[in-house]
Amino acid sequence: MSTQTQQDSTISPSAMAMADSQMFVTMRIDRQLIGIPVRFVRDVLRGQKVTPIPLSPPEVSGSLNLRGRIVTVIDVRRRLRLPEMSADAKYMFVVVDHKGELYSLMVDHVGDVLTAPSAAIEKVPANLGGAWREVASGIYKMSDELLVIIDVETLLKLRMH
Amino acid sequence: MDDLISEFITETVESLALLDNELVNLEQNPDDVAILSNIFRVMHTIKGTCGFLGLPRLEGVAHASENVLGKIRDRQLQATPQAISLVLESLDCIKGLIDHLSTHGSEPEGSDDELKRRLNHFAETGQVETSGASASASAAPAEPASAMNGTNGAHNPFPFFKGEDDPEIAAAIEKLMAEQTGAAPAAAPAPAAAAPQAETLSVPKAPPAAAVAEEAAPAKSAAANKAPPAKADDKDAGAGDSANQSIRVNINVLENLMQMVSELVLTRNQLMQIARTKDDKEFLTPLQQLSLITTELQEGVMKTRMQPIGNAWSKFPRLIRDLSMELGKKIELKMIGAETDLDRQLLEVIKDPLTHMVRNSCDHGLETPDVRRAAGKPETGTVTLSAYHEGGHIIIEIADDGRGINIERVKQKALENGLATEAELATMTEKQIAQYIFAAGFSTAEKVTAVSGRGVGMDVVRTNIQKIGGTIDLDSSWGKGSTVAIKIPLTLAIVSVLLVEAGGQKFGVPQINVVELVRVSPDSSLAMEKINDSLVLRLRDKLLPLGTLSQMLGFNVSTQDLMQREMYIVVCKVGAYEFGIVVDRVFDTEEIVVKPVAEILKSLSIYSGNTILGDGSVIMILDANGLARSVGSSEMATRSSGQDVAALSLGAENEHLISFLLFTMGKGAPKAVPLELVSRLEEVDVSAIEIADDYPVVQYRGELMRLVTLDDSFSIPNTGMVDVIVFSYDKKVIGLVVKDIIDIVHAPFDIKISSKDAKEHGYLGSMVIAGKTTDVVDVAHLLSDMIGEVVSDAQKKKHAGFQDFKLLLVEDSPFFRNLTVPLLSAAGYKVTAAEDARHALDELSQKKYDMIVTDIEMPGMDGFDFATACRSNPNINGIPIVAYTSTVSDEIVKRTKNVGMQDCIMKTDRPGLLESVARCLTSHGRKEMAA
Repeated sequence: MSTQTQQDSTISPSAMAMADSQMFVTMRIDRQLIGIPVRFVRDVLRGQKVTPIPLSPPEVSGSLNLRGRIVTVIDVRRRLRLPEMSADAKYMFVVVDHKGELYSLMVDHVGDVLTAPSAAIEKVPANLGGAWREVASGIYKMSDELLVIIDVETLLKLRMH
Repeated sequence: MDDLISEFITETVESLALLDNELVNLEQNPDDVAILSNIFRVMHTIKGTCGFLGLPRLEGVAHASENVLGKIRDRQLQATPQAISLVLESLDCIKGLIDHLSTHGSEPEGSDDELKRRLNHFAETGQVETSGASASASAAPAEPASAMNGTNGAHNPFPFFKGEDDPEIAAAIEKLMAEQTGAAPAAAPAPAAAAPQAETLSVPKAPPAAAVAEEAAPAKSAAANKAPPAKADDKDAGAGDSANQSIRVNINVLENLMQMVSELVLTRNQLMQIARTKDDKEFLTPLQQLSLITTELQEGVMKTRMQPIGNAWSKFPRLIRDLSMELGKKIELKMIGAETDLDRQLLEVIKDPLTHMVRNSCDHGLETPDVRRAAGKPETGTVTLSAYHEGGHIIIEIADDGRGINIERVKQKALENGLATEAELATMTEKQIAQYIFAAGFSTAEKVTAVSGRGVGMDVVRTNIQKIGGTIDLDSSWGKGSTVAIKIPLTLAIVSVLLVEAGGQKFGVPQINVVELVRVSPDSSLAMEKINDSLVLRLRDKLLPLGTLSQMLGFNVSTQDLMQREMYIVVCKVGAYEFGIVVDRVFDTEEIVVKPVAEILKSLSIYSGNTILGDGSVIMILDANGLARSVGSSEMATRSSGQDVAALSLGAENEHLISFLLFTMGKGAPKAVPLELVSRLEEVDVSAIEIADDYPVVQYRGELMRLVTLDDSFSIPNTGMVDVIVFSYDKKVIGLVVKDIIDIVHAPFDIKISSKDAKEHGYLGSMVIAGKTTDVVDVAHLLSDMIGEVVSDAQKKKHAGFQDFKLLLVEDSPFFRNLTVPLLSAAGYKVTAAEDARHALDELSQKKYDMIVTDIEMPGMDGFDFATACRSNPNINGIPIVAYTSTVSDEIVKRTKNVGMQDCIMKTDRPGLLESVARCLTSHGRKEMAA
């Protein structure tokens, strides 16, 4: 769709401008700060009605209607084997584009966009366990905490049950 | 590539497609000057343009065939089939060259001297070198051959090529061409058939279109929606006619536009939804205006995507002609409804399947002229293509009057390929068996020809049709021909779905698969019944396998619970397989825009897509094939998997196989009872059992039902629920209490051991079912008391006086013999049973009978033939005959009348039989008295 191409063209140049730094949209999930490259992100939403999809993998929480496009919602807590939030908790949704399809990452909270110099990004420590190890592509050391950089492609790779 | 060359290629491809058909036309009407001039002009244009562009090979071939055409036009030569073949061959050569040109940008190396020589030879002498023709046909380069070979439709020699024409250049070419060739601009290659191939689409030009397009328009007088004008003067006139004007639009632009409009429609629907809840007059008026415009816009955009199906058929006349030459058959092609409009995307998808099926009809369906003559048919076989709209769908039929499908061979093949077992095949109808030709690797052709018979086709055809939400159905009658009917939605973009609810959530079922809706509840006459864990519904004498949507979708619902509630059954059909989907609620149907599901959900075969409803909510669209598989697998879990769903259909009756309900009672072998006699399956709470008249009874639908057991080792337990098989005759019911209900199986009725002891205990004997020794319950024995009641109730008195009448019962099924003889005997008749018509005729020649009751479906001589035989024998022709059959239809009733039978009674209607017998005997008696 044309809106996408417009977004592509507005985001790419700014990202390109700083060749040796990267921009991330930060999110919080079960107290941990995570980030995904800004070029994937199409939209941030809250308070959405999610329609469950029976028989889908447990990580798929359902689908939602984003201005006439159907977006598949991924429950990031479940994807990372984290405990569920309480029933009345309000989730936020980060819509990402993956190979022309829209997915929405369901997270606790969405934070700022942050620019990280490439030099400050380190490899994933060897002792990071479980699902985290699978989806993390690097760690950015901030002054007060660590940002886990998530590889969106891997995050969206779900095993069918 | 040079713009000039691209332009040339597009136009030439169009012209060639046109020429193919014109030439076939010419062959049939060799004297039609208009057709000839047309052909000549097109060939001439190609030659001229090639010369101008510096393409010597193309020019040479075009020139040589133009020579031939010129002589034909000038009446110096005859348009014989050989001559046409020669010209077609040169067209194929040109196609091959163009193909190379479009991929490599230049002509291939080599020469066409041989072909040119033959063309020239013909032009000079009027003689076709026969040996040379066949030799060169086989020596023809592979590319042209495949271009000729219409099956290979995926092979598009003209990959996507942008029609970003510079109008100035186009106009320049036009002018140059005109100068070069002396042809009028209007005669520039017209139409249309090839337009979709070039991935561009011509749309009728809207009046306010850009002036630029105006200028270029004459160059492309192609009006995709109009059949190419056949006559030269038409064409000339058409050039100035603005109604004929069209522009080429890149298909992606239209696709995008369509997408946008679809979303606009959805947004409009949402707005309307909101407006309904608010009372704002000011807001409502413009909204209605918006709604109206949106609808019109939607229709308009849809129209741009529509093309007549004739576009997909355009290459068939040529195909048929080539095939008839190749196969040595005489084939006539009829096309009905070529103007039927269809979404172009669908048109593309069905092109190949259609080609394939037309080939199949010609190759396998139609016989050679001598065979046809021997069969008393006209030598020329007919292949009929027809298309028409029905509901929101388009139906395309491919019919031939050939030999039809040999069901025996299909059966044999299905067995060889392990697609079905003998037992399964025996339970299927011919139509169901015929569907096997859609299975992968299935070909019944005795020999593989170049044309078809490799068995890779019909399965692909079906897959392609199903991919676009269509269905395919095959009807064949041995010796008379076959008809394949394809039903597809008018457009891919918008489909109609039935909204249903399961597990508190809404889902859509494609309307194309829905046959009917049935409401069931435990206390209505239509109720779901349970066999083992499978639900079934008796629907008009058929057992419909049911699947519960909420269970298929993994919601935790107990079957028992469902059976207590009022539910809805959506009866669906996929191919010949009918099944029911049990849902909680049914809403209305809605037109929706199907969107594909996300990649990570593609493996869920139960969904075919998803959509956004008018209220903005997202719903999943169920896939009928996926549902069929779910129902099939849970319904017939014991069967080997991977079979065609058609094989899973129940309810098919066969004269050799009987469906048995298997169950256990206490210890000992499993028991069986013919399913046909079972009225319902119930679970009864033991605490509800009372004792009346020394028998255990239970209140059942306002009546008392007597409960019986057959085995001493099994008695009714003291607490809990028991399974009861209910038999009913007339309005009386009796319940057989059993321990467990196991399954339904199909088996031949073949009692191996039958002892007196067994009979006294209420068994007919033992037989082998599903590899296990099984005791078959003698329902007649079980019901003997009740049969007595049925008779005694009203009829017995009426029948007084008939006591000594002798009845002959003709019935091949030992089971029904065992059931009917006691019934009639109990009414006081002297009954003799014959197991087939032949025995019955023997019997009739020896003894005197007053009346005959006969089955219709019997091996060897059937009931109709038997009756005819009786009527033609003066000794027995006066005896009244009543047909006693398991199915009664208008046609059967008519046939029984025609062969002189007095009446036709359903096997389930036992009082009806007694009534009818009495009636026949009375009137017969009167006649005898009079005589």
